[in-house]
Amino acid sequence: MREPASKATPLVTLRINGRAVTVPVGTSVAAALAMTDRFVSRADLSGRPRGPLCGMGVCFECRATIDGVPEVLMCLTPCREDQEVVTDA
Amino acid sequence: MSAFDCVIVGGGIVGAALADVLSADGVSVALVEARSIGAGTTACGMGHLVAMDDNAAELALTSWSVSLWRELADGLPRAVEYDACGTLWLAADDEEMAAVSAKVANYRAAGVRAEVLDSAALHEAEPALAPGLVGALRVVDDAVLYPPLAARTFALRAQARGARLMTGCPVRELRSGSVVISNGEVLTARHIVLAAGVASPTLCPGLPISPRKGHLLITRRGAPVVHHQLVELGYLKSAHGTDGASVAFNAQPRVTGQLLLGSSRQPGDATREVDAALLERMLKRAAMFLPGLDGLQALRVWTGLRPATPDGLPLLGPHPEKPWLWLACGHEGLGITTATGSARLVADQLLGRTSPIDARPYSPARFLAVSSREVAHA
Ligand SMILES: Cc1cc2nc3c(=O)[nH]c(=O)nc-3n(C[C@H](O)[C@H](O)[C@H](O)COP(=O)(O)OP(=O)(O)OC[C@H]3O[C@@H](n4cnc5c(N)ncnc54)[C@H](O)[C@@H]3O)c2cc1C
Ligand code: FES
Repeated sequence: MREPASKATPLVTLRINGRAVTVPVGTSVAAALAMTDRFVSRADLSGRPRGPLCGMGVCFECRATIDGVPEVLMCLTPCREDQEVVTDA
Repeated sequence: MSAFDCVIVGGGIVGAALADVLSADGVSVALVEARSIGAGTTACGMGHLVAMDDNAAELALTSWSVSLWRELADGLPRAVEYDACGTLWLAADDEEMAAVSAKVANYRAAGVRAEVLDSAALHEAEPALAPGLVGALRVVDDAVLYPPLAARTFALRAQARGARLMTGCPVRELRSGSVVISNGEVLTARHIVLAAGVASPTLCPGLPISPRKGHLLITRRGAPVVHHQLVELGYLKSAHGTDGASVAFNAQPRVTGQLLLGSSRQPGDATREVDAALLERMLKRAAMFLPGLDGLQALRVWTGLRPATPDGLPLLGPHPEKPWLWLACGHEGLGITTATGSARLVADQLLGRTSPIDARPYSPARFLAVSSREVAHA
């Protein structure tokens, strides 16, 4: 049974590199990253920053460690309560 | 209608390199590309710049082209990932090691630096290789790069000299003195060059170019460290078979810390789907040479279509029946390497100059018979 839709969008709070971010349910982790002050997911070998590009699982630029699992695509992962996201790990 | 000295159809590495050379010579050029620069086979290639010695004509074109790349290297943007890593041709048994001695002489006679490594020297050079290999041939000046950005660099250099870059413009028809784009626009030109790779026969029926499909795989960062492009000498046997699918071990270190693994050959196959069974064969072969590959994750797998001619050499020069049409296509598995030399050979012919190497082995006339009518008028 579905709950009747309520007006207020439910929110979840996750941590990206230790900082708490609160977003509406259904937000992807890549989108949550975009709401932080540093839209950077990884670095190239010389340390230059790279960030999510395609948003649809094609470019592989958004890989991060999510809840201890390395190399997860942030753009294909929905935010969940208490999620731990570590970029460039 | 706009008039150019030369309209180049196809913005792969070959067409883009030609636009670069011609524009540097002051020729007014339009480069017309159906999609985006380098989006065809060029985006699928490994990017190995390799001197190959199967026959004299191939060695002449590849070794000259590799040296032209070396001259360009300092001016290439970092993103082109030019890396002068050299090649190791790996000998798995004494028979292949015997081939190494013959090849060394061949390369040196052509002015290409080559060295023989025995088993110990090979394992010192590449500790990640499986034990048991008999030795290797090292071709010192070979390099690797990232092909689509190399093509883009050529095209942008041409554009900076005034060439017109037209992307997203499929050419519908080639005529004497003009090129018709699918939106109806007509570009007039004194010379037209067809550099559409594997699609060239659709614009010029009868060209002896057929697809030869290949699979590649790139690993994630953190691959076993290798220092050279590694190719098994058995590659030569499989690369030139004309029937059936084949795989051979070929691995490239990339400056990103990834490993690019090839390669397969499926003559006549124009599909783009990944063939899982063939990919598995290819990877098993790679793991035989590089045991550390086991457990490494792939980032991406893709296929590409090499534009193959019956004798493995490109078509560079005038169409024998259409003097207004020039061909720069059919580079099979060596188009990244030979783009520099091919561009110079075609430009030299267009401008009536002599080239440092003999252009005749690549002349389209070797396949395209001149009709009797034209012979009578010749
Ligand atoms: C798996 C694989 C590995 C390879 N590895 C190497 C390697 O290590 N070293 C090497 O030297 N070579 C390698 N090659 C070969 C090399 O990639 C090709 O020889 C080379 O890219 C051919 O370049 P091109 O410019 O002729 O063709 P393309 O790159 O295909 O360019 C032709 C262009 O023409 C355009 N076009 C087509 N039709 C039209 C039209 N009607 N109007 C306008 N434009 C049109 C296409 O969109 C395309 O961009 C490899 C190839 C494959 C498949
Ligand atoms: S943003 Fe491209 S794969 Fe996630």
